[in-house]
Amino acid sequence: MDDGSLATVLLAMFAGAIRVSTPFLFVSLGECLTEKSGRINLGLEGTLVFGAMSGYALSFHTGSPWIGVLGAGVVGVLFGAIHGYLCKLPKVNDIAIGIALMLFGTGAAFFFGKAYIQPQAARLPSISFGGWSDDSAVQQALEINPLFIIGFFLAVAMWWAFKNTRWGLIVRTTGDSTAAAVALGINVDRVRLIATSVGGFFAGVGGSFLSLSYPGSWSEGLSSGQGLMAVALVIFARWNPLACFEAAILFGAAGALGPALQSVGISQGYHFFNAAPYIMTLGILIVAVSPKRSLKGAPAELSITK
Amino acid sequence: MNDFKISRRNFVKSTAAGAAGLATLGLPTMASAAGLTIGIVYVGPRDDFGWNQAHAEAAKVLGTLPDVTVVEEESVPETIAVSKSMESMINLDDAKMIFATSFGYYKPFVLDLAAKKPDVQFRHAAPLWTDADPKNAGSYFGYLDQAHYVDGVAAGLSTTTNKLGFVAAKPIGTVLRNINSFLLGAKKVNPDATVQVIFTGEWSLPVREAEATNALVNADCDVITCHVDSPKVVIETAEGRGVKTCGHNASQAPLAPKGFITGAEYKWSTIYTGYAADLAAGKPLPNFIGAGFDKDFVQNTGYGAGASPAAIAAADAARAEVKAGKPIFAGPIMKQDGSVLVGAGKSLDNYDPMLDQTDFLIEGVVGSIT
Repeated sequence: MDDGSLATVLLAMFAGAIRVSTPFLFVSLGECLTEKSGRINLGLEGTLVFGAMSGYALSFHTGSPWIGVLGAGVVGVLFGAIHGYLCKLPKVNDIAIGIALMLFGTGAAFFFGKAYIQPQAARLPSISFGGWSDDSAVQQALEINPLFIIGFFLAVAMWWAFKNTRWGLIVRTTGDSTAAAVALGINVDRVRLIATSVGGFFAGVGGSFLSLSYPGSWSEGLSSGQGLMAVALVIFARWNPLACFEAAILFGAAGALGPALQSVGISQGYHFFNAAPYIMTLGILIVAVSPKRSLKGAPAELSITK
Repeated sequence: MNDFKISRRNFVKSTAAGAAGLATLGLPTMASAAGLTIGIVYVGPRDDFGWNQAHAEAAKVLGTLPDVTVVEEESVPETIAVSKSMESMINLDDAKMIFATSFGYYKPFVLDLAAKKPDVQFRHAAPLWTDADPKNAGSYFGYLDQAHYVDGVAAGLSTTTNKLGFVAAKPIGTVLRNINSFLLGAKKVNPDATVQVIFTGEWSLPVREAEATNALVNADCDVITCHVDSPKVVIETAEGRGVKTCGHNASQAPLAPKGFITGAEYKWSTIYTGYAADLAAGKPLPNFIGAGFDKDFVQNTGYGAGASPAAIAAADAARAEVKAGKPIFAGPIMKQDGSVLVGAGKSLDNYDPMLDQTDFLIEGVVGSIT
C-alpha cells in the first residue's frame, strides 16, 4: 500500500467513524443509562428500527426532519416505558421482555413502514466543516450531522452527571444495590422506569439518524442488528458514557474499512475486512475478560452479573 | 344465546366439511375453469425500488388479464416459511401456478413441493432447473447483462475520469456477468474506461452500500451503478455526491433528478403474461425460458437528465444491435488473470452456456472475487 492509498483508507475510516457511529452512540448511551439503573433493555434494537420508521414517516408528513427526530424520541419513550413498567411486576425477567419488545418493535415498524419505503422524506441537513479543502473526499468527510455533535455532548454530560449530580447518584445507587436505595427512601421502580424511558428516547433518536441522515431512507434492512451491537458496546465500554463514545467511533471506523480497502485496490479477502468490527469486539472482549473478577464497573443489580 | 357462539374449532370443522362437500360436487374444478389463480412469493417488500418491485409491477399487469387472479405474499424468507406460504396458496386459494421469485426458494423448497403437488406448476426466477428436477417445476430468467451492456455504453460516454463504479452484493455468476457486460459496453465507446467494483457481501445492507458508494466516489468514479436488491441507497448517495448513476432491477429515475442516465430493468410481465396465455390455451409450459432484448424480457429505464444526446444515440444503437443478435463478448477479451477468454476475431454468443457459469472478472475490472 503506497502513501496515497494509506491516506485514502485513513480518511475513509475517519469519515466512516463520523458517519456510521451516531446510531451506535445514541443506542449505547441509552442502554448505558438503563443498565446503570440496574436493568438490561435488549429491546433497543426494536426501538431503533421503530424510531427510524416513525422519524421518516413524520418527516415525510410534516416536511420537518427535526419533528421526525423528536417524534422518534417520543416513540422511544413509549417503548422504554412499556419495558420499565412490565419489568417492575414480580418475577418478570427483563431480558425476556427486552427480546419480546425487540421483535415487536421491528415487526410493528415493518408493518407501519410499508407505506414509507417509496416516498422521499426531508432529510436532516449536515453542517459543512470542510469548506477549506478542495478535495471532495475531505469535504464529504467533514459534512458532520448535528446529531453526532449532540451525541458527543450528551456523552460528556452523562459522564459528568453520573459523577457529580444527585440524580446521577440516585441512578447509580439503584443500579448497585436495591436494598441500599430502598433504605435511602428511593422509589426504585420509578427510577428504573424513568431511566429506561429516557434510554428509549435516545435509541429512538439514534434510529431517526439512520433514516433521516445516513444512509438516509427507510427500508427494512436499515438497522441490520446495529441496536444489538450497541448493547454489546456498553459492556465493552464498561458502563462509562465517554467510553461509549470512543467505542462507537471505533465501530464506525472499523465498518468503513471493508469498502475503503476495496476502493484502493486491496480487494482480496473483503469478507474478512467487512467482519472487522465483530472480530475487533471479540478480540477486545477476550483480552479484557478475566475469570478471577466480575466485570469492572458493572452495576451490581444487573441480572447478568448477579 | 349460547347457540350463536362459534368457537374456532367448530368454525374450522364446518368450513372443512363445507370444502370437502364442494370438492365432491366438483365445484373447485369449475372454479378453475372459470379462472386461473396464480400465486407469487416475494423475498422482500413489493415497493423496494428493486428486484421485488420489478416482479410486483409484472404481477399487477398479470392481474389485469381477464380470468386471472393473483395472490401475493411479500417478505417471505428463504426458509421453510416459503413452503408454508406456497402450500397455503395452493390449498386455500386454489392456485394452479406459483412464481417463486427469490434465488434461495428453489432448493429444496420449490423442488420438494413440486414433487408433492404434481398438478400445480412451479416456476422459479433463476436459471437453476435441470432435467433431473420435477417436470412441473421450471425456471425463467431475463438476461439483464444485455441491459447493463447498454447502460455501460451510455456510462462510457458520460464519464470524464474514465472510472466507473459498481456496488455489487455477492460475487455469484449473474452479478459478475453484469459487471463484465457493463465494462464491455463502456469499452465499446471509450477504450480507456475501467470499472471499479466493491462487494458488500449481502443482498441488502443499506449502511455498507452507502459506504461503498462514498468510497467509489472518493476513488474518482463519476458514474455509479450497482447490483444489490434495492438500489435506492446507492442511487441517492451518489446523487448527493453529485455523480451520475445507472439503475438496476426497476426504475430509480425519480431518486436522482440530476444525475440519472438510464438503468437495466427486467420486464417480467412479458414472461408472466406468456405463461398465463399458455395455460389458458391448454398448452404445456416450457421448463426453461430465458431471453434478453430479443424477446422483450429486459429493458432500459427511460433516459434521465444525466444522459447526453451522444450517450442516448449510442445506447439506442447498441440496444438495437444486441436485439438483432450482435455478440456482447466480442474478442479480444482477457480475464483478470491475463488468460484469454475470447480470442481476437472470435466472439461468444449472448446466450453461450459458458457465460451462465461466469466465475471470473474481465481485464479492466478493478476488484477481486475472493
